[in-house]
Amino acid sequence: MSAEQSYISLYQANRECLMAASPEVMNTLRDEAIAMFAQRGFPSRKVEDYRYIDVQQAFEGKEQYSMPLPTLPLNSSKQGVITLNDASLLNRYYSKIADNEDAITALNTAFTHECICIHVGKNQILDHPIELTDTFTSDEDQMEHKRIMIVLDEGASAKIMLRYVANNKTHILTTQVVEVYVGDNARLELYELEETHTSCTRFNNVYMKVGRYANVKHNNITLFNGLTRNTIKATLVGEFSEITLNGCVMADKSQVVDNNTLIRHEVPNCTSRELYKYVVDEQAVGAFAGRVYVAEGAQKTVSEEVNQNICASSDARMYTQPMLEIYADDVKCSHGSTVGKLDEMALFYMRQRGIPLAEARMLLMQAFVGQVIDEIPIVPLRDRLHIMIEQRLKGELDKCVGCARCK
Amino acid sequence: MLEIKNLHAKVDGKEILKGVDLTIRDGEIHALMGTNGAGKSTLSNVIVGNPKYEVTEGSITFNGKDMLAMTPEERSYEGVFMSFQLPVEIPGVSMTNFMRAAVNARREALGQEPLKATEFLKLIRDTQKLVDIDKKLVSRSVNEGFSGGEKKRNEIFQMAMLQPTFCILDETDSGLDVDALRVVAEGFNRLRTAQTSALVITHYQRLLDYIRPDFIHVLLDGKIVKTAGAELAKEIEDRGFDWIKE
Ligand SMILES: Nc1ncnc2c1ncn2[C@@H]1O[C@H](COP(=O)(O)OP(=O)(O)O)[C@@H](O)[C@H]1O
Ligand SMILES: [Mg+2]
Repeated sequence: MSAEQSYISLYQANRECLMAASPEVMNTLRDEAIAMFAQRGFPSRKVEDYRYIDVQQAFEGKEQYSMPLPTLPLNSSKQGVITLNDASLLNRYYSKIADNEDAITALNTAFTHECICIHVGKNQILDHPIELTDTFTSDEDQMEHKRIMIVLDEGASAKIMLRYVANNKTHILTTQVVEVYVGDNARLELYELEETHTSCTRFNNVYMKVGRYANVKHNNITLFNGLTRNTIKATLVGEFSEITLNGCVMADKSQVVDNNTLIRHEVPNCTSRELYKYVVDEQAVGAFAGRVYVAEGAQKTVSEEVNQNICASSDARMYTQPMLEIYADDVKCSHGSTVGKLDEMALFYMRQRGIPLAEARMLLMQAFVGQVIDEIPIVPLRDRLHIMIEQRLKGELDKCVGCARCK
Repeated sequence: MLEIKNLHAKVDGKEILKGVDLTIRDGEIHALMGTNGAGKSTLSNVIVGNPKYEVTEGSITFNGKDMLAMTPEERSYEGVFMSFQLPVEIPGVSMTNFMRAAVNARREALGQEPLKATEFLKLIRDTQKLVDIDKKLVSRSVNEGFSGGEKKRNEIFQMAMLQPTFCILDETDSGLDVDALRVVAEGFNRLRTAQTSALVITHYQRLLDYIRPDFIHVLLDGKIVKTAGAELAKEIEDRGFDWIKE
């Protein structure tokens, strides 16, 4: 059986159960989504957006993993601005910007039954950041399909951290689809922090739609993982908005991190910035593809995209592909990418002062990705991330202590 | 202290040092002069173990130990310090973190406890005053955006923090105006003890007015071709190197 067929069978076997417990709007899209998945199949490496990872291989055989299923119809429970399966929100926004032509999103739409909804109402300003931690703790190999929706109404403001944590050695396969709607004059800082495990495979598709005079900062940080693919698609549909997509990646062992971003300027007078930095060491593979699209008529667009990378070992590999696609003439757009090694002069300078080579390398790596962290406006988070990066480099993050895989 | 015998070294496959012999005893200051490209920086880099330079023949012993068998870090713990001709900028690494790592690595190698945060900050403050370096420089990234003079001053600051017993000053005076030169030279003199020895590379008599050498060596084309007392500097400044070659 092909990998696709085994997921289709899995869907058929669980369809009833999924349907019985989920909100209607989810159910109405399931069959359509699986049909789309069946038609498209897992993207091969020939598909432009998936050149750098083998998606089929990532999913193959994992249909046998246990999959948490809903047991009861889920009532929507509300905690402040967070609601599980908020029916009115789902009815308005569910799958409106998620693209089911993408096989991963389609699969997620077919299988998911829980959507964490964060709704910040008109002119509501959240004083404290929200942190949602997704901890993978299963004792058996497991597959999960997660769904998150973030809606900021006009003039709303929120800071949200999505954290992905895993400590167990069991294999985890997750797909996640995040839909983000940022209204006019709204401000969102969205952080994603991945500190999972070498046995985790994560596909994370984030779709954002941004209104007028809005400000969005997305920070995408991978400190520890197995295989990760983040797809981030942001569409600017209102004028005078600003979006920043930043990210940093630390990868070693045989970790794989593939970030694929798209910023669509559909209207004039918006600004986008992007800064992604990777340190790939040992046998790790990093990929970054960043596309900025400026539609016809989107004049006065300003866009700056930077991707800088260090291959710290001769076995590590880094692929970088910045792309500009511009159909307007009065724009200021730039992009650049570099792949380098650790600065040998700097390493020697530090060693001459007595700093051991391993520590000197660490200081340089930390400084390199630290630039992304320095741009984070929340000071305590920035400090915490600097410390986490240092611990990560020293091998002191939880999962590195006493874990068979990391030795 | 330092004994170099028949040292040959290559960089990028090209032989630069062609048999250097040099002995420096405790407390002695040796000046090294010579034309540009003669191999002075190469000799310094070989002494401190820069992996870019390959030693093909000869030996370096330091206080009786085989220096060529040591890593650059280990040489540093033995008390060897080089003030770089071109100090390296390290964006994103703060001077404080850099110095803390260096000081504590050295303490660990010598079997001492790492400094407590307050002790370390006090050491930084005291040393800052001693070598008269601007506080602001110490709070920035290592050498990043420093002027030429500030970089040289920072080298002396690091020297003061690490208290080496053997110092190489590789053109630490180049590019400094008279006042900066005096500050740097006086900084060095203040750090010296009776045991401290140094190899001072310079093109100018004026530095040697502050740091009086016991010997002056002339390195030309990878070999020491002349050794004399302090008076040689003046003669070189007046007559150049051509007369020595003959
Ligand atoms: N890191 C290096 N890489 C390549 N060539 C070098 C390097 N360092 C020195 N050289 C070469 O070695 C020779 C001696 O240089 P150097 O030791 O810097 O001379 P000096 O310090 O006496 O001016 C020069 O020809 C120089 O080009
Ligand atoms: Mg030189």
